Amino acid sequence: MADLTSTFCGITSPNPFWLASAPPTDKEYNVRRAFEAGWGGVVWKTLGEEGPPVVNVNGPRYGAIHGADRRLLGLNNIELITDRPLEVNLEEMTRVKKDFPDRALIASVMVPCDAESWKSIIPRIAETGCDGFELNFGCPHGMAERGMGAAVGQVPEYIEMVTRWCKEATGLPVIVKLTPNITNIILPAEAALRGGADAVSLINTINSITSVNLDSFAPEPMIDGKGTHGGYCGPAVKPIALNMVAEIARNPATATLPISGIGGVTTWRDAAEFLALGASNVQVCTAAMTYGFKIVEEMISGLSQYMDEKGFTSVAEISGRAVPNVTDWQYLNLNHVTKAVINQDDCINCGRCYAACEDTSHQAISMSPDRVFTVMDDECVACNLCVNVCPVEGCITMKTLDKGEVDERTGKPVGDYANWTTHPNNVAACSAE
Amino acid sequence: MSNSPMTPAIAAGRLPAESYTAQFSDLHPVLDHHEALVASDRCYFCHDAPCMTACPTSIDVPLFIRQIATGTPEAAAKTIFEQNILGGMCARVCPTETLCEEACVREKAEGKPVEIGRLQRYATDTLMAKNAHPFARAEATGKTVAVVGAGPAGLSAAHRLAMKGHDVVMFEARPKSGGLNEYGIASYKAPGGFAQSEVDWLLQIGGITVEHGKKLGEGLTLAALQDDYDAVFLAIGLAGVNALRAEGVDKAGVLDAVDFIADLRQSTDLSTLPVGRNVVVIGGGMTAVDAAVQSKLLGAQNVTIVYRRGKDRMSASDYEQELATSKGVQIIYHAAPVAVHGNGACAEMEFEFTQEVDGTLTGTGETFRLAADQVFKAIGQTLVGAPEGIKIEGGKIAVSATGRTSMAGVWAGGDCASGGEDLTVTAVAEGRDAAEDIHASLMEG
Repeated sequence: MADLTSTFCGITSPNPFWLASAPPTDKEYNVRRAFEAGWGGVVWKTLGEEGPPVVNVNGPRYGAIHGADRRLLGLNNIELITDRPLEVNLEEMTRVKKDFPDRALIASVMVPCDAESWKSIIPRIAETGCDGFELNFGCPHGMAERGMGAAVGQVPEYIEMVTRWCKEATGLPVIVKLTPNITNIILPAEAALRGGADAVSLINTINSITSVNLDSFAPEPMIDGKGTHGGYCGPAVKPIALNMVAEIARNPATATLPISGIGGVTTWRDAAEFLALGASNVQVCTAAMTYGFKIVEEMISGLSQYMDEKGFTSVAEISGRAVPNVTDWQYLNLNHVTKAVINQDDCINCGRCYAACEDTSHQAISMSPDRVFTVMDDECVACNLCVNVCPVEGCITMKTLDKGEVDERTGKPVGDYANWTTHPNNVAACSAE
Repeated sequence: MSNSPMTPAIAAGRLPAESYTAQFSDLHPVLDHHEALVASDRCYFCHDAPCMTACPTSIDVPLFIRQIATGTPEAAAKTIFEQNILGGMCARVCPTETLCEEACVREKAEGKPVEIGRLQRYATDTLMAKNAHPFARAEATGKTVAVVGAGPAGLSAAHRLAMKGHDVVMFEARPKSGGLNEYGIASYKAPGGFAQSEVDWLLQIGGITVEHGKKLGEGLTLAALQDDYDAVFLAIGLAGVNALRAEGVDKAGVLDAVDFIADLRQSTDLSTLPVGRNVVVIGGGMTAVDAAVQSKLLGAQNVTIVYRRGKDRMSASDYEQELATSKGVQIIYHAAPVAVHGNGACAEMEFEFTQEVDGTLTGTGETFRLAADQVFKAIGQTLVGAPEGIKIEGGKIAVSATGRTSMAGVWAGGDCASGGEDLTVTAVAEGRDAAEDIHASLMEG
């Protein structure tokens, strides 16, 4: 079994699976259970300033998007940071860290945007024995209206400023959690780096309305006839998170900034994908909220088997392995030609590939009277839609044409690598000559 | 002392009185809301769906399942009823395992089709529970149509004709409408008086009157109907039964399975219905299975179906055969009846084993006997009472694809007519299609 020990900005944990700052990490009872279940680390639910804690709504806090069989694909929430007194959280963190010294315990923090607030609370929290801090600049609802959370995370100058205050207040690693509710993730990431951040974690939740109650005509989750946007998470946001992680990892200025990947991690495979795109570890929330803490066993066994099969001896070997292969569209090889191939032995004759291709794409699949579906190579542009809509995994695959083979659609033989930058249709390319 | 399965000969009340309701309860209870959502999630919404093609009434199965999945079972029901006004009964009695569910791509993929029949029942029950009739009649045409026989084909035709604005009079020999839905299928497939409530619901369309006790040849003539109505639709079913060729078949205790089933369906107290300790059913179709299983459910100790050919030739599906054996019925294949033995009443039935060589069935010479207090003949029904002069083909009224007979102005459908299997769903399709053709024909002039 592979060694899953993970080191993230100097913090070591027995595996790279951490629980994100969220309801599952709000108190000692949950965190103990999580550690007993095998989680490598926990980012404690965001702590706020001393004094009367925030309050939460007393109606529903979550809304959801379901797939087939009511599988939870997306979850949104309108819960705020911890609504328990600071002192109680600090006492519990101290006890838990003492009992689980090998696990990572990170304090998530969100206080008003002034130096005194941050500089006074950070040393106090450090006394718990926590391994580092995560600055919550991402929470998109409630706290943002009070000038915190995403209100900070959407202004790179504020990120840099607050990060610097925190770094001045502690020698422990400082992780900046980024909001995805911005247009370019690079700007806040670079700001965090300038402020001295040891790492970034992303993504926080996405502004969202999951559904509308068609009887009351109000967004869900609905509180007394009204609703508000909440933070969206779960499997549905993974593609957005992966892209943002990759953008930071392949940006030269931030390439060495450690990343904790967050956003829809549900299985070991999701985790491995975040690692491959540059994350050093991952944080999980929705999957645990859906299935309970036990899922970490599958994550551990799955990643371990994968590493053994690939011959990787450390998690770090996976980290960033796919980053060199993330490029811009203009550098993609336009002479790479593939064709869809339907395996007739696996085909169950549902005809979804045909409907998709015939109605919405390139009319490249034929249907015989006895329901045999065949790709017409002279029409197939290899869009992959048939592969995506086929209910049988692996039934439709993409075959790559060898160099010199004739593409029946264009009548031209497959040539050498060539991209848009040199394509004759590219006006910019021509004018450059 | 009350009777038991061990009580010799033919006797009623073999079971404790309170157990009959449970014995004859719904074979497949309706899916609840959650079950329906889970089941509907499995549909792939296939293109030009094979299930739809396999349905004799061409119900748009993917559409109605999607309508269930999106929380509108009433709209799903309307999708079903547009093609099949007896979609409620068909959801209960269709051999889905040889129709839509056999064609389901998930049957091919996983050996577990989408539960189309049960989903159909969920949708139709939901709408019918509201006692809502989803169709309204078109403007009156002033045309009248006579429908002979108020079984599935007749009801289907009558409803479609009434919807088109014609006035329909149905003539039914029996005291109740419904045909085989009411008299001919196993009780556990449609308990709770469903056949009658379905007829009542169907008639809500309006424009249909039913005259009971009216039968062709007995006070009712085709010529008179042709004179009095603009068109005639014959849906008279198969009122006769095939004769069993074996010695001693006239002995007491040898009965037609269809009569046994009809008596059972009409019984208000099953504990009064006599059944043999040892029951033998001869035949290989659904009627044989229905008679055998219900004999067992009534408390017969030993029930055996004897079929002269092999398992794969049996017209009752594998599913039906498994249902029978799961209820404790024994099925003997490759044995043909030779003689009924007994002193007055039957006591034993003698069979000869058979073999099929190049499609020809011959006896092997080896015989055996089964104890038999009661013998049910289920070897097929025959057309009787067809009007004089109408063209008959293969023992049935010859019809075109749209139900036209050899006589102008006379259509036919259902079991009495040529073409299609003898299934409720096929009868519904034939009635509907004939109605459309009658409508087109009436509106031409």
